[in-house]
Amino acid sequence: MKTVKVYGPGCKRCEATQTMVQEAAARLGIDVTVEKVTDAQSIAMAGVMSTPGISVDGKLVHAGGLPDAGKLEGWLRA
Amino acid sequence: MTTETHDPAPHRGAPDWVWYGGIPAVGSVLYLLYGQLIPISEWVTALFPVARDSHTGEAIAFFVYDVPKVLLLLTGIDFVTGVLRSWFSPERTRAMLAGKRQIWGYPLAALLGVLTPFCSSVPLFIGFVSAGIPLGVTFSFLIAGPMVGPVGLGLLYGLVGWEIATIYLVFGFTIATVAGFILGRMGLERHLQDWVRELNAGALGDLPGERLTLVDRLKIGVDQVREIVGKVWVLVGIGIGAAIHGYVPEAVMLRIMGGEAWWSVPAAVVVGVPMYTNAAGVIPIVEALLGKGAALGTTLAFMMSVIALSLPEMIILKQVLKLRLIAIFIAVVSAGILATGFLFNAIL
Repeated sequence: MKTVKVYGPGCKRCEATQTMVQEAAARLGIDVTVEKVTDAQSIAMAGVMSTPGISVDGKLVHAGGLPDAGKLEGWLRA
Repeated sequence: MTTETHDPAPHRGAPDWVWYGGIPAVGSVLYLLYGQLIPISEWVTALFPVARDSHTGEAIAFFVYDVPKVLLLLTGIDFVTGVLRSWFSPERTRAMLAGKRQIWGYPLAALLGVLTPFCSSVPLFIGFVSAGIPLGVTFSFLIAGPMVGPVGLGLLYGLVGWEIATIYLVFGFTIATVAGFILGRMGLERHLQDWVRELNAGALGDLPGERLTLVDRLKIGVDQVREIVGKVWVLVGIGIGAAIHGYVPEAVMLRIMGGEAWWSVPAAVVVGVPMYTNAAGVIPIVEALLGKGAALGTTLAFMMSVIALSLPEMIILKQVLKLRLIAIFIAVVSAGILATGFLFNAIL
């Protein structure tokens, strides 16, 4: 069970990122919980400067813009 | 819509030559189309059962001409900016600005504000301040980002002309630099929200830089263009511009926004701040206002206050800045905008 956090104040790209994570996980058959972090303080504390950001099991893997679908699968598999 | 044709390879794994060949090809077709907009729009306008020189006819002609023009311009601007900005990241910009306490930190920050992609200012603000970038330099960055953004400049260039686009660029950049400098000199750190001041710079995570190929960068550009599809509100701005162009008499415009009416500059700022739209929504309105004889200074002031100072943005900044600092920020930027407006009304 992996915990994926999507950091972003709720912009369209953040929503799209969340959907991408869920779809990629379903495709790979990996069990994930996706958590949305929208509060500025928590986003900042995680070290995310450009949103949307993604962390997998507490490790920051991406910040800024939509993630690349191929890379996303790699982060989820790792 | 234009964006559909701009995407030669929506699926992953298209060979590189598709990108290298497809993008210049699509670009050339769009460029040729751009050159034919006047005959096309006149032909479409003639289909409407109204006289071409009536109020309604003028408004329709404006709308029918501006919609494809703005969409084509946005396609080009968004693509080029998307590609250019792929070389800049907030992380890299932060590293460049960290420790720049010298005077040229301000213009550098304003320049990077234009080039660095960011969609929400708050995480960026915190990232900068906690890394030891002076508050004033951070403000220069945050003012320049929206104010002299490529979308605004590109549309001004295409719809209004290069002279005014250049004036806007120079003054927008100056305001961002000078306002940041003044705010920096005021020693306002104590007006940051407490949790921001206590934030430990070391807490910020750093990402390994992602290596991008040229095709990756082209994809980022196309990705930017796709977002236009969601921006239907651009049409609202063109609609307002069309209504002004068709129905507002020049005499009325001269009385309200002419150079003689000194109060029109502050009034333009007061009206502009609560308006929540970005450059793409406001520039068709600017085009129509200038066409009807509105004074350049007043129009610049209106445009700058709409783009650079927005109420929702201020509410978001409330998470990191105390109310007093937000008020000072608005006051300093407004002063710069007012000065620009008065200056142009006086010399032209």
